[in-house]
Amino acid sequence: MTDKLASQDPGDVLSAGADKFTVDGLDFFYGAFNALSGIDVRIKEHAVTAFIGPSGCGKSTFLRCLNRMNDLIPGTRCEGKVRLDGHDVYGPGVDPADLRRRVGMIFQQPNPFPMTIYDNVAYGPRLHGMRKRADLDAVVEESLKRANVWKEVKDILGRGGLTLSGGQQQRLCIARVLAVEPEVLLMDEPCSAIDPTSVQKVEDLMAELKDRITIVIVTHNMQQAARVSDYTAFFLQELAGEAAHLIEFDRTATLFTTPRDRRTEDYITGRFG
Amino acid sequence: MSAGSPREGQAQAPAPQDRGPAGNGGLSRISRATHLKEALLRNAFLVCACVAVAGVTLIFVFVGYQGWPIFAKLGIGEFLGGRVWYPTKGLFGILTLVVNSLLAMAGGLVLGAPLAVGTAVFLSEVASPRVREVTRPAVELLAGIPSVVYGFFGLVLLRPIIARVFGGLGFGLFTVWVILGVMIVPTIATLTEDALRSVPEGIREASYAMGATKWQTIWRVLLPAARIGIIDAVILGMGRAIGETMAVVMIAGNAPVIPDSIFKPFLTLTTVIVMDMPYASGDHRTALFGVAIVLFVISMIFVASIRVISRSRGEGD
Repeated sequence: MTDKLASQDPGDVLSAGADKFTVDGLDFFYGAFNALSGIDVRIKEHAVTAFIGPSGCGKSTFLRCLNRMNDLIPGTRCEGKVRLDGHDVYGPGVDPADLRRRVGMIFQQPNPFPMTIYDNVAYGPRLHGMRKRADLDAVVEESLKRANVWKEVKDILGRGGLTLSGGQQQRLCIARVLAVEPEVLLMDEPCSAIDPTSVQKVEDLMAELKDRITIVIVTHNMQQAARVSDYTAFFLQELAGEAAHLIEFDRTATLFTTPRDRRTEDYITGRFG
Repeated sequence: MSAGSPREGQAQAPAPQDRGPAGNGGLSRISRATHLKEALLRNAFLVCACVAVAGVTLIFVFVGYQGWPIFAKLGIGEFLGGRVWYPTKGLFGILTLVVNSLLAMAGGLVLGAPLAVGTAVFLSEVASPRVREVTRPAVELLAGIPSVVYGFFGLVLLRPIIARVFGGLGFGLFTVWVILGVMIVPTIATLTEDALRSVPEGIREASYAMGATKWQTIWRVLLPAARIGIIDAVILGMGRAIGETMAVVMIAGNAPVIPDSIFKPFLTLTTVIVMDMPYASGDHRTALFGVAIVLFVISMIFVASIRVISRSRGEGD
């Protein structure tokens, strides 16, 4: 972690590395309520980007704009451009199901299906047409290994996913998503409902995964953002009832040590206080 | 009272010591009125429960007492296994009736269960709130229609159509299947919808977030997740179908044979009772009570299987 901080090169936030997601002028509405306004952000490929901010600041809502999960909530609307590898994800004819396969999501509450551990992980591959037992076996094992939970479940694959502990369930959910080989992994406060040992394992696997996957994590925990992320975005809703904005986006080390915006500094120091 | 008094004793005994003003720094004593009210309510609910239990017990004892002699006289094998029901000749084999009842139930289930589960999926997962507001009361209303009205509808409207299309009189299994199929829809649909709704939202989201379509989510995740509730619902529907009397008696044609066609008249366990009881006497009457015992046992098997299946839920998942 420390050598990452040491190698920081301030000022190249928007230039270094390829952009996986580019978001320009995004506004989000719940009915008539403008919840997010004017969000511009670049999410770097093969890096971990953290969204931080107080409760209700719209960071989870924004995360869900990236894989169009908000489409499932009636009465919501999104304006502005969200591009994945340069392609408009809200463009006409875009299949949200295909987008979501490429941009996987982990939720705050572990949500394994009420089926066996094996079937949980095999769900996605089967969905997308994999039938051969040997292929499925291989994907299940590989995914559980990458999700840091293989050792704990390898002998009980036939047991129900819900029999696991909360932290194991969350890693099972990560394995389930990894099984469909997503390019991006969106994590919505993945560690706030699980035990500390599992938090450690999830943070470890994020570091391992980012070689192949772009990760975006929403977290309440600033230490976690500082530990796991390369870039950090700070969201804030300044007045209740008004839209939330992206206040500052920078390399994590820069944002946490020398924030440019007064509000970012207040938030960070207040929490660390 | 014997069940109520020990608990009462537990609740009252510690009160004086625990709630003494000296020991508890000014916490007020529980008042005598509260005590009385609690005890009164507890006993009132106990009485309610006892009435229900007593009702079931009384019916069971009465029917058993009235019907048991036929088992003793003919033997269980001859009564249940006998194929001929011909009371005037002293033949009381009810195998035909059992088979007919099961046939009627099975056909109704085959038609009604998919319809009901489909309705439930529509209500819970597909319909917009506005459509749901209209559709759900309509489905619930189906449950409120008296069975005699179903029978009347079947007799006057459905039977002539079936007679014209398939020949015969229109009395028979097919007509009964259609009517029973509709009758069990509200039972199964309402309970299935509850089961689907109780599937946590997170599970739906997880499926969509994996790139599943709505159809895939319903078929591969939601229905399997709700399966215990759906099985319960179907079993309750089976109970409703096998116990249905009025609608069936009006459209079954009531001939005591295993029909060689689904458009021929037949007689079931329930309809034989309603047809014969007014004039039956002696062994015939006893045999009808025997039939009631059989119906009772079938119902108990259904209820017990729901129990067993529901209990397996915790371990299975």
